[in-house]
Amino acid sequence: MVQPAKAKPKTLFDKIWDSHVVERSDDGTCLLYIDRQLVHEVTSAQAFEGLRLTGRKVRRPEANLAVCDHNVPTTDRGKPIEDEDSRIQVAELERNVREFGIPYFPLTDARQGIVHIIGPEQGFTQPGMTLVCGDSHTATHGAFGALAFGVGTSEVEHVLATQTLYQKPAKNMRITVTGTPHRGVGAKDIILAIIGKIGTAGGTGHVVEFAGPAIEALSMEGRMTVCNMTIEAGARAGLVAPDQKTYDYMAGKPMAPKGGAWEMALAYWKTLPSDPGATYDREVKLDASDIAPLVTWGTSPEDVVPITGAVPDPSTARDDNKRRAMERALEYMGITAGTKMTDIPIQTAFIGSCTNGRIEDLRAAAAIARGRKVADGVRALVVPGSGLVKHQAEEEGLDRIFTEAGFEWREAGCSMCLAMNPDKLAPGERAASTSNRNFEGRQGPGGRTHLMSPAMVAAAAIRGRIADVRDFD
Amino acid sequence: MEKFTTLIAIAAPLPMINVDTDKIIPAKWLKTIKRTGLGPALFEAIRYRKDGSEDPGFVLNKEPYRHAEILVTGENFGCGSSREHAPWALLDFGFRCIIAPDFADIFYSNAFKNGILLVKLPQATVDKMMADAEKGANARLTVDLERQVVVRPDGEEVPFDIDPFRKHCLLNGLDEVGLTLQKAETIGGFEARQKTATPWLYR
Repeated sequence: MVQPAKAKPKTLFDKIWDSHVVERSDDGTCLLYIDRQLVHEVTSAQAFEGLRLTGRKVRRPEANLAVCDHNVPTTDRGKPIEDEDSRIQVAELERNVREFGIPYFPLTDARQGIVHIIGPEQGFTQPGMTLVCGDSHTATHGAFGALAFGVGTSEVEHVLATQTLYQKPAKNMRITVTGTPHRGVGAKDIILAIIGKIGTAGGTGHVVEFAGPAIEALSMEGRMTVCNMTIEAGARAGLVAPDQKTYDYMAGKPMAPKGGAWEMALAYWKTLPSDPGATYDREVKLDASDIAPLVTWGTSPEDVVPITGAVPDPSTARDDNKRRAMERALEYMGITAGTKMTDIPIQTAFIGSCTNGRIEDLRAAAAIARGRKVADGVRALVVPGSGLVKHQAEEEGLDRIFTEAGFEWREAGCSMCLAMNPDKLAPGERAASTSNRNFEGRQGPGGRTHLMSPAMVAAAAIRGRIADVRDFD
Repeated sequence: MEKFTTLIAIAAPLPMINVDTDKIIPAKWLKTIKRTGLGPALFEAIRYRKDGSEDPGFVLNKEPYRHAEILVTGENFGCGSSREHAPWALLDFGFRCIIAPDFADIFYSNAFKNGILLVKLPQATVDKMMADAEKGANARLTVDLERQVVVRPDGEEVPFDIDPFRKHCLLNGLDEVGLTLQKAETIGGFEARQKTATPWLYR
């Protein structure tokens, strides 16, 4: 019998890509089928308006899920939104989902929350899918082995109208994390270490597959944290191969397949992991046991330093462009080279966001906050990533731990991660934050952000300055 | 989308790396439900002083750069948030072309959807064009998309790469959604096959 020619081994990315190509043109550009889209109020209004102006319809309304998250207040949900522009934007989304028939979780729904928290929570996100959203942190969903990436509003409109996008295939990059992290080191430290190593443009043009024992050992929440910040390393999408943890997490979720469909889906999902011998355009390796709890000192997520370290000296920069950027960052951040990170005082602590607003993050922060008090003069916010996360945390008594320690316990939303709602830093105010970006003005004009893990933010809130979580037993 | 063919224009130098889209347009401007009118808010935090007046040191507050249509800048321009408000703000100010060593992926596709041509060139070439841009109105750059060259003020022609599909859309100012809708049958055929292979994706 003639043996069939052996197919070239494929990566997880290749498999998802190849199964979604509707049409390929000579220059390699593909019309790619998009299985699901998450929609929120900030990047969709102009897309719906585009459809309305041209008399176009949404091709598959049921393939979308809409929610308000970026703009929404995290205080009393019983009152109308005070900020007029935010109120209009929320009202506009509500009008659009009604007119175009798109499933929507209103603000009063317990399932409301940040798009990237609710997708996985509902089983909307599934392995092997293509999923987009008008938000760069769509990379989060790659934790399930879904090809998920952020798009602009024109592409939101394109997906609404056609369920497709024109894309060129990305290059394959694999980041393998070996070893076992030490106490006090978690998913956030792993991804900050990766960004510090490859730089904020290190993944440009690539889809990153995270692999290795340290990634496999992470919970689904931890994998989401890692994939979430892939965009901070320049890559549009991150991926983790689905495994038993993925299936256990998904089983029984409201929008996950059920019964016979579940069995069929499961059999398919198990074919997705990269084939042995699959090749990557770029390989990066890290040892998790080399990673200390990390914090950022500057205004780019690549500006990371171990908590035991000090603010770096711009004269050590690799070139003049980088040196000027470092000098500007130090000036903006109001710190000087050589200052120990643990000597930097903070005024605000923020726990939340699509990076670290899940139940495991709140548990890690609560473990540090338990029986302690937030330092005088520090404002500390805990903003659960969704109404369901909030509910679960309350069932576990985490809300009481936080409020007894002096943290504010809020309603779900993006909140101070990007300061579109009333939660923002004042000019010059410094925050320890579990969010994903320390850009100038990101958490409020003139605000200063140090990124770190939820446990590290809780530790900073209690000390009143950036602190080493390993000093808390 | 407006066509892009040949642009002869003043180029503004912005010698910064990793210019993120929060810097291009801060989040508070994302509350708009329109695509236009964001030009005055472009680079707000570095363009205006605390009292709201223009910072005379910032390049776009100087002549002739108020009229610039080309921006020459550093590596990884447009990183961070996917907000299309960034290209909307650049376009509303008047920019039709940005020259840099590289661009962040999402910004790259957003810019093209709005008729802004992004030109990737090696750092050393960008450095030369940055120096050209510093000379102001006496040193206009010519960007010829059809021929895929940037012509420096001294006449040197610098070729650049662009993928044929993007070039075609830009040269003709095509409505991509309209283009794709003509393929509705092909898409329907894909859906029918997918529905058989992976039926759980259709609920």
